[in-house]
Amino acid sequence: MEAALSTERAALKETGGITDGSVAVGVKPSTPRSPADVRPERVRSADPEVFGAPTGREEEWRFTPLDRLRVLLDGAASDARLAVESELPEGVELVEVPSTDLDVPLPVDRLAALALQRAGTALVVRVPKALEADAPVVLRLTGTGTDQVVWGHLVLDVAEQARVTVVVEHAGSAHYASVVSVLVGDGASLQLVQVQGWEADSVHGAHVASRLGRDARLVSTQVTLGGDLVRVNETVDFTATGGDVDLRGVSFADGGQHLEHRLLVDHSVPQCTSNVVYKSALHGDEAHTVWVGDVLIRAAATGTQTYELNRNLLLSPEARADSVPNLEIETGEIAGAGHASATGRFDDEQLFYLQSRGIPTDVARRMVVRGFFADVVEDIGVPALEERLMSTIESELERAFA
Amino acid sequence: MTTLEIRDLTVAVEDTEILTGVNLTIRSGETHAIMGPNGSGKSTLAYAIAGHPKYTVTGGTVTLDGEDVLAMSVDERARAGVFLAMQYPVEVPGVSVSNFLRSAATAVRGEAPKLRLWVKEQKEAMGRLEMDPAFAERNVNEGFSGGEKKRHAILQLELLQPKIAVLDETDSGLDVDALRVVSEGVNRVRESGQTGVLLITHYTRILNYIQPDFVHVFVKGKIVEQGGPELADELEKNGYAKYVGAEGAAPAAVVGKSLPLGPVVPGAVTTA
Repeated sequence: MEAALSTERAALKETGGITDGSVAVGVKPSTPRSPADVRPERVRSADPEVFGAPTGREEEWRFTPLDRLRVLLDGAASDARLAVESELPEGVELVEVPSTDLDVPLPVDRLAALALQRAGTALVVRVPKALEADAPVVLRLTGTGTDQVVWGHLVLDVAEQARVTVVVEHAGSAHYASVVSVLVGDGASLQLVQVQGWEADSVHGAHVASRLGRDARLVSTQVTLGGDLVRVNETVDFTATGGDVDLRGVSFADGGQHLEHRLLVDHSVPQCTSNVVYKSALHGDEAHTVWVGDVLIRAAATGTQTYELNRNLLLSPEARADSVPNLEIETGEIAGAGHASATGRFDDEQLFYLQSRGIPTDVARRMVVRGFFADVVEDIGVPALEERLMSTIESELERAFA
Repeated sequence: MTTLEIRDLTVAVEDTEILTGVNLTIRSGETHAIMGPNGSGKSTLAYAIAGHPKYTVTGGTVTLDGEDVLAMSVDERARAGVFLAMQYPVEVPGVSVSNFLRSAATAVRGEAPKLRLWVKEQKEAMGRLEMDPAFAERNVNEGFSGGEKKRHAILQLELLQPKIAVLDETDSGLDVDALRVVSEGVNRVRESGQTGVLLITHYTRILNYIQPDFVHVFVKGKIVEQGGPELADELEKNGYAKYVGAEGAAPAAVVGKSLPLGPVVPGAVTTA
């Protein structure tokens, strides 16, 4: 106990800093540096065969239990769909169009390329120019079984100067491979929240591919709670100056769950900003979270400002969190770049402090975990959703300590 | 009338005995100062009374009006009326001071205070400690200066009105103004006559503001001398040399000091 306390405190100390090279930095001891950390040229293509079949040795697949994802990677064609329920504020339309008619960011891996190809059509949310939506767009996508793979393509097309909040909630049982194309036009602002609230038998692999116009703003929050395996690959492409993106994430992994979030923010133009905050709590045997945050600042991207933060809270010793922040900087003329990653156990000192004021253990634990997630969840901007997510996290916690 | 009675208390940290037999009785309305050199085990006594899991009681008893304190969990002790103001309180990110204080008051009083009355009560207590109202919306101890941490501790003391208050090095890290404000807060609680105070300190400075009824000299894990306020004056003049002996402070007790990590150096002056 005594020794544990002091090492926990030490473990909570941050690693981080400013990088000056092009290899992964800040890698925790649990995720040893390997030759794979030096990135090969990134490939993007709509053709699945360009990527080849993953073996598990590739950098982008090395944390993923491929056996559990195989059902998606095999790529069997299917007509199965998720049930869609929608709430659309006035002026916003939801249409289905052939995927081939769309100009969307290219897939980043085989799974995404398969999803685009197999889905055939895309569900498109159109937010017209300069519309200021008076309520959030809500899409509830519900899986009805795991007999067949569901291939999906969702497009959020926010035209210039529009402002909107979009909530995409996944629930039910599914084997679901999807691409979410996020197009934020010049001067537009999108607050996007995606909730992975799957049943325990679900497998979900996604590519969330964002493209931002001039002075566009995107806040993208991933809330990942359910599912056997969830792997979300989120990419951001800036096409003109003044783009501003916040990528946020909250996840709670139970025993056996694999929850993986990979980010690639590609600063290819000057004067854009990116800010990343991902937090996860883990509890139970084989609970596994992976966070890989790649930020690429290309030679042309002068004046870039970027910061990444990843925090993981291990609620039991068997859980494992992998955290790999990676900054590649090809120009010295940036406004700022940094990252921090910390993985620690439940802070017994915080618990003791609250208990020493009479607060019972379970209430104290709830306060600490609520506090841990507060800054991400309270920024979602949809109060009813914030409250619901906090109570879901609290019931996860209660189950964990039951 | 409340009595905290400590009998033959021995406490170990990591298999090293730090407290070697403490005997002390504190009644409501009394103020006891425990003074001693660094590493003598003063903080260990404080944490052991509060029930910190790092400290293992290996012998002796602690009772509050006859109830076995050692059999109680940390939160039960607090609800029974024991309060510890820590030398280095931890940060609790994402938990606001007002949420924390109301949760504590709810627990200690057995029911949630009515919101409107509570807001007023908290505001008045903060005013007495010369604290900005915006302080209530900050996260607990996060980025607090040394002075703010101590004001926050005394704010809790005033709101929770415990039967026994253990104040561990409450004077450390305070400038003169903050020391005055904090001492006035402690004195208000003393004047109620309902609270017994155990003031743990290395220096006599705070005793100029808070007059103790009893002074105990603490060396190598136990009380080696007791007296009235005049004993503090003598310590001020002659230090602890007479009690410590040639080998200095018990090195084992340094373990006890490693627990609270914080930027505040004991005795350093920080602006509030």
